[in-house]
Amino acid sequence: MKVAKDLVAASATPMVLGILAEGESYGYAILRRINELSGGELDWTEGLLYPLLHRLERLGHLESSWQAVAGERKRKYYRITDRGLAELAEQRRQWDTVVGALKEIWHDRAPLTVRPLEGLA
Amino acid sequence: MTAHEGPQELEAQFEQWRQYVLRRRELQAVDADELEDHLRGSVDELVAAGLSPDEAFLVAVKRMGSLDELSREFAREHSERLWKQLVLTGDSGSPVGGTRSRRDLWVMLGCAAGALVSVKVPALFGLSFADDGSFYARNFTLFALPWLAAFLAWRRGARRSVIAALAVFFVIGAVAANAYPLADDSQSVVVTSVHLPIALWLVVGLAYVADDWRSSRRRMDFIRFTGEWFIYLVLMALGGGVLSAFLFNTFAAIGIVPEEFVSQWLLPGGAAAAVVVAGWLVEAKQSVVENIAPVLTRLFTPLFTAALLAFLVAVVWTSHGIDVEREALLLFDLLLVVVLGLLLYSLSARDPLAPPGPFDKLQLALVVSALAIDVLVLVEITGRITDDYGSTPNRAAALGENVILLVNLAWSAWLLLSFIRRRTPFGTLVRWQTGYLPVYAAWAWIVVLVFPPLFSFA
Repeated sequence: MKVAKDLVAASATPMVLGILAEGESYGYAILRRINELSGGELDWTEGLLYPLLHRLERLGHLESSWQAVAGERKRKYYRITDRGLAELAEQRRQWDTVVGALKEIWHDRAPLTVRPLEGLA
Repeated sequence: MTAHEGPQELEAQFEQWRQYVLRRRELQAVDADELEDHLRGSVDELVAAGLSPDEAFLVAVKRMGSLDELSREFAREHSERLWKQLVLTGDSGSPVGGTRSRRDLWVMLGCAAGALVSVKVPALFGLSFADDGSFYARNFTLFALPWLAAFLAWRRGARRSVIAALAVFFVIGAVAANAYPLADDSQSVVVTSVHLPIALWLVVGLAYVADDWRSSRRRMDFIRFTGEWFIYLVLMALGGGVLSAFLFNTFAAIGIVPEEFVSQWLLPGGAAAAVVVAGWLVEAKQSVVENIAPVLTRLFTPLFTAALLAFLVAVVWTSHGIDVEREALLLFDLLLVVVLGLLLYSLSARDPLAPPGPFDKLQLALVVSALAIDVLVLVEITGRITDDYGSTPNRAAALGENVILLVNLAWSAWLLLSFIRRRTPFGTLVRWQTGYLPVYAAWAWIVVLVFPPLFSFA
């Protein structure tokens, strides 16, 4: 199973903000963490992650700083700001609503079996 | 591969990859740093999992996906990067370029202020715009162009001999404009006012090519500079017009009519300063913005060709001779100038190594039809030369210009034809044009210096 692209995109912001709320981190580690949390089901690309990080930084949800690691290597670390935390809370509220509603609908119901041609028979 | 070579080779691969990334305009150095760190993280992990550095690098790059897709995603967040921005005080990323362009800015401001002041200096001697219009008409370029030349000479680090030559030319220009006893309503005043700017502009050209004035390449740069400078000047004139209109009307609304300030200070001073500022802008933005003159050329070459061909067809169809009235020769001179301009600016932007294409043929058609029209005009004129043509400075100057442009375009047409037939390289055509520049200068100086006495200051 692969999660649909639209759903990946929609959940990207709360996911990144949520991970950074645990503590400051950098691109590669964030990607690893998402992979780990989703058991490899969420297919994130660098083209999704880095522009998103830059956008959140531009909106003031994140701050960044370059830090030296292992000799001459530099790494860009991202940290969540107060604005970012507020945004995360808001996003979380919205997601809780969506997830709650879906759970309510699917409550105690067995997964649907697919009969695509039913109406045409 | 020995174990010792491994890391070095890997570094070389990273460097190569980085160059590849930096070629994308959407991705900047900081992005390359960030993505490189990502790639290194990926490689480290794969090496830890048992792959060789080489394999790890390949896998990591492959995982990152195509750069096309990556830059597309970056472009969505950073769309401003696709618009090259002109940073007036240079690239903040390079401190050396920064100080250089800041110094440029100050020298330019000094030169612009000098031009602005020069315009008002004659007023100290009681010469006003209202009463001495012809003095200002003759001298206007002498107020502004020396400052532009000074700025360019400074930028090029011109040698003393070049600076001396520039000074001599400007002094000769000032003498020619003012020493001859020309009546305000004489034709010679008009002829001088038209030709002195051309002569002085080519002196500015000397300042522009100060570092290597014999080089055809540098002269072509000056032609490019001229086109862009002109476009900037027109844009600034539009802006200046809007500014004056607002200034005038807002002050008029509170009962103060700033007519004198606008007409005596803002417009003349602003125009002189704009000449210098436009020159600086072209220099500063050279590599930042795409040149607009060649773009306009591309747009208008087909349209002008169509118009000229239509005119030729109409002449043949109606068998109506061209009516050569007083101003007609001037009109057809201007036509040749426009055609020459279209030719020059497409030459200036063309890849010299590209093979001849349809656009070159179109240009040949343009030049040939302009030549055909001009020959018709000249035939008409020679019919009358015995009456009154060539007897006044106006007509002599117009005729001379016609001959000069005709020679240039005729030989250009020939070179263009041989280029299309792959007989001569494109460079010959460029060298012909750049080599011809001194001819214009010589003619403009002859008109300014020799014509007034020749026609007894008529």
